[in-house]
Amino acid sequence: MKARLQRQLPAWLFLLALLAIWQVSVGQGWVPSFLLPSPREIVDSGIEVWPELWSAALSTFTSICWGLGLSIAIGIALAVAFFAVPLLRRAVLPFCLFFQTVPIISIAPLLVIWFGFGAPTVKASAFIVSLFPILANTLTGLEETDPLLRELFRLYRPTRWQTILKLQIPSAIPFILTGLRIAVGLATVGAIVGEFIAGGGLGSLIDSARTQQRVDLVFCGVLASSLLALLLVLVIDICSRVLLRRRPYARGL
Amino acid sequence: MYSIEVSNLRKHFPNQNRDVLAGVSFALHARECAALLGPSGCGKTTLLRLLMGLEQPSAGNIHLDPAAAAHVSYVFQEPRLIPWRTSLENVCLPLELRGGRGTATRQEAIDLLARLGLAERTQHFPRELSGGMQMRVALARALITRPKIVLLDEPFAALDERTRFRLQDLLLDLKEQLQLQYLFVTHSIAEAVYLGDRVLLLNRHGQIDADERIEFERRDQALKLSPEFNARVRDFSERFVALESAA
Repeated sequence: MKARLQRQLPAWLFLLALLAIWQVSVGQGWVPSFLLPSPREIVDSGIEVWPELWSAALSTFTSICWGLGLSIAIGIALAVAFFAVPLLRRAVLPFCLFFQTVPIISIAPLLVIWFGFGAPTVKASAFIVSLFPILANTLTGLEETDPLLRELFRLYRPTRWQTILKLQIPSAIPFILTGLRIAVGLATVGAIVGEFIAGGGLGSLIDSARTQQRVDLVFCGVLASSLLALLLVLVIDICSRVLLRRRPYARGL
Repeated sequence: MYSIEVSNLRKHFPNQNRDVLAGVSFALHARECAALLGPSGCGKTTLLRLLMGLEQPSAGNIHLDPAAAAHVSYVFQEPRLIPWRTSLENVCLPLELRGGRGTATRQEAIDLLARLGLAERTQHFPRELSGGMQMRVALARALITRPKIVLLDEPFAALDERTRFRLQDLLLDLKEQLQLQYLFVTHSIAEAVYLGDRVLLLNRHGQIDADERIEFERRDQALKLSPEFNARVRDFSERFVALESAA
């Protein structure tokens, strides 16, 4: 615990110094507060709009979780299907690159047309951007199974599914978790972008604060969305520790 | 009636310009244990892998007694344990893959580990075990299916001498208790003479150079100090050196 505090101390000191410089710069009028409100003003505004901020954050969080949950379920299932049926992989995987390359902002209007304004579009947007890292990492993990262990399995003449379930999926877990970590950040971006277009949540709060020139509220929204992503990363870290407790060599995710 | 019969077995790998095995023939009676000895690259491991079905022969035949053919186990040179499974889970793996997973199976695996001196280590992961312990877990995994024949590829090569001697005696005990037949590859002449009822000496051309029966009244570590044991070891050593220099 003490060692951990010592390790984190420089980061906390740096943050404090940054906040102090920021506060003084704005307080002294060196930087105009309508462009960059002071940390104090941002905190005050956050307290002032707390109920709206909390409900927007909750709505965004729900959408991220939905998008991410769908990505995990569909991404892993697709990866296993591609791995088990090479023909399917050759036929479909190239088109999955769409999910990696599409600029989400360009298809968000299309999503609104399909799913309407509000949460469904936001969930779809979070899902689209977070699917590929999970799919690609799971597939890599399935393919990277230790050949010596594959040979060991051959001794017992297992079925294809037994090998996938008992060897290849467990050995892909560290890869899946890496993909998940990348996907969390992307799902947050996808949800906020979706909310810019489809309304609701923190994206909408940030957008309407921008139109009202309320930079302090924009900051509140930005901070809240980044805290959401951090919270999810923390949850994934905890899951990683639990799932990888049997694999000390793969813990450094 | 032979339990293992190999006739004129050949194996050629596409990327090599000679046969790894060039007409190997031998036959072992039921419960007759054999050591495969020979210089590096003479095809000992290939022969074992062919017997297990991990490789297909280029020519020749392998005939296993039908009663034993479905009960063959293999121990690799390294323990090859699954790192995210405990000792117990590693031992249970072959049964799980064959559909058995009840408490009876589990108890059987616990008993087997206890028999191999690992009663306190059933819940340990491979990384928490020494090399000798890992090898014993691998041996337990090979024995849990109640095999009639066990093929071992230099199973004790990476172990320190004391552990190696202990495991050699353990293998002799298991042979008696479980009515096992084993065929093993080794680089150690003393180990081949100590554990084998037969010693098959392969030369660099992938052929059997000598096939000798080894008979001792009693096998224990004290035997290794006896003149007759040492005479056999010396005899094989001389042949081994002759093979090496012929190459």
